[in-house]
Amino acid sequence: MKKLLIILLAAIAAASTPAFARVTIDITQGNVDPMPVAAPNFLGADEATQGLGRDITGVIMNDLDRSGLFQVIDQRAYIEKPESVNQRPRFADWRIINAQVLIVGEVEELSDGRIQVSTRVWDVYSDEQLAAVAFKTPADNWRRAAHKVADFVYKTLTGEDGYFDTRLVFVHETGPKEKKVKRLMIMDQDGANPIPLTDGLNYQVLTPRFSPTQQQITYMALFDNRPGQVYLFNIETGEQEQLGTFRGMTFAPRFSPDGRAVMMSMERNGNSDIFNMDLSTRRLTRLTDNPAIDVSPTMAPDGKRIAFTSDRGGSQQVYTMNADGSNQKRITFGQGNYQTPVWSPRGDLIAFTRIYQGRFYIGVVRPDGSGERLLTESFLDEGPTWSPNGRVILFYRQTPTRRDGSGGDSQLWSVDLTGRNLRRVRTPGEASDPAWSPLLP
Amino acid sequence: MMKFTKIAGIFASLALISACASTGPDLDATAGTDTSATTQPAGPVPGSQADLENSAGHRVFYGYNEYTLTGEAQSTLARQAAWLKEYPETRILLAGNCDERGTREYNLALGARRAEAAKSYLVSLGVDASRITTVSYGKERPIDPRSTEQAWSVNRNATTTITGAGA
Repeated sequence: MKKLLIILLAAIAAASTPAFARVTIDITQGNVDPMPVAAPNFLGADEATQGLGRDITGVIMNDLDRSGLFQVIDQRAYIEKPESVNQRPRFADWRIINAQVLIVGEVEELSDGRIQVSTRVWDVYSDEQLAAVAFKTPADNWRRAAHKVADFVYKTLTGEDGYFDTRLVFVHETGPKEKKVKRLMIMDQDGANPIPLTDGLNYQVLTPRFSPTQQQITYMALFDNRPGQVYLFNIETGEQEQLGTFRGMTFAPRFSPDGRAVMMSMERNGNSDIFNMDLSTRRLTRLTDNPAIDVSPTMAPDGKRIAFTSDRGGSQQVYTMNADGSNQKRITFGQGNYQTPVWSPRGDLIAFTRIYQGRFYIGVVRPDGSGERLLTESFLDEGPTWSPNGRVILFYRQTPTRRDGSGGDSQLWSVDLTGRNLRRVRTPGEASDPAWSPLLP
Repeated sequence: MMKFTKIAGIFASLALISACASTGPDLDATAGTDTSATTQPAGPVPGSQADLENSAGHRVFYGYNEYTLTGEAQSTLARQAAWLKEYPETRILLAGNCDERGTREYNLALGARRAEAAKSYLVSLGVDASRITTVSYGKERPIDPRSTEQAWSVNRNATTTITGAGA
């Protein structure tokens, strides 16, 4: 990981006009109108930095636009052409085109070969600077600098951390549905820089999950001739190892919020229960002991409760229990089946996959079982994963195959917590089982 | 359409290469299904996978979200048990499979239940448990790729494959 250096820019000479109420976006509202934002290409002193400036602006605008919270105004409508990042904009020129927020930036080449990306965020209606920031980074790391700027704008306007400087791991799928080649792949959150991490030759990769604290992934390897096993993969070294050796299948792994343990299901004589493995001692602790199927454990960010799927009541439903396995209780009671709960990093909600009358839904529910809301519906939606700020859910959607058996593609999609802003996530080819990284350091 | 077929062909050959590259025997559940039966006019070699499929049947089927054995499944397994007693050196892999109408993780657990249900029945009929390895493929290895009730009913199965000491 390349380091990004952050510096806060000095404010430009105080504005003469009194500050009006700052522009802000309330991201908890389901019916927000996207905020109109203008972003001229970041400036540069020569052709190289001007080119970088254009590319960086493109990445920032794409991030903001895809969030659904911003409406990026077409650059062809802009009247003022800023000449310096340190110059006060002509706010009237931006009000005419209905911009509420203006982002002006500059790329400089430093004497040590790195670049500095400076950005100012202006409130067009109160004529004041909202915030300013600069990042120093190697030139080839410009995409991350752009994502950092987008995160900075997001935080300035929403008050919450963004999620643009993040990565996704997912399962890249090729081949016929009867026996797909499934490889582990990683890419930037916006689809850039896809890199395969496994070759797909000896096993299929299923259900990868990102460590919330380290550059680590846990996933299940599905073999032909022996039970599938949970693996640990170090992204920086490329090393992978099987987590313990068990006679039965181990599957459905997920990190604890501190990254020090992996919860998983282990199957013994056909029955699946939930266990916790301490990663430093490799000691396994049993959490459920039930003749029914117990799968898909996920821990609350405070580490106190675990949600999981069980069919002990006849149908598959979401249950919660204490971190030591005590106090198990059912929290979903709707019709159909509820599976694969995933606790939000904010702690306030649990995402799930619901199957009802032949349709699949991604939904959310409070940890006490109240306030269920369904966000998506299709032939097959499953595998929700949360953005690190708990505002966006990624999942995969599989279409039904055609009569001749062709089709049936899997693709990644995103939707925000309000159920709005449903979008395809660009991947190279077919993709399933997405997992979102924490914000990169 | 032409293009699709071509691509599918490439993937099929890739799958073949990967099967050869792996260290263990080729256990692709569908690989041994028809070939020997149709190319050998004299009938399947006694004790072979094809022989098992012809004389006993190598698949039992389950209802949606079910792992209980139907009467038909019990009959098939009874024939498998008799066949396995005839070839006592044979070892088998029992793979539990699910349709695509469940989540990946739950289906892995359900497939394990299906494989275990079939194994338990064979053991109850006198087959030594040490001859049987069970795996679950969840919904990852459908026989029929279509999204139809008919395809799903075929894809909910436990499949028996000879892994060693067969003829």
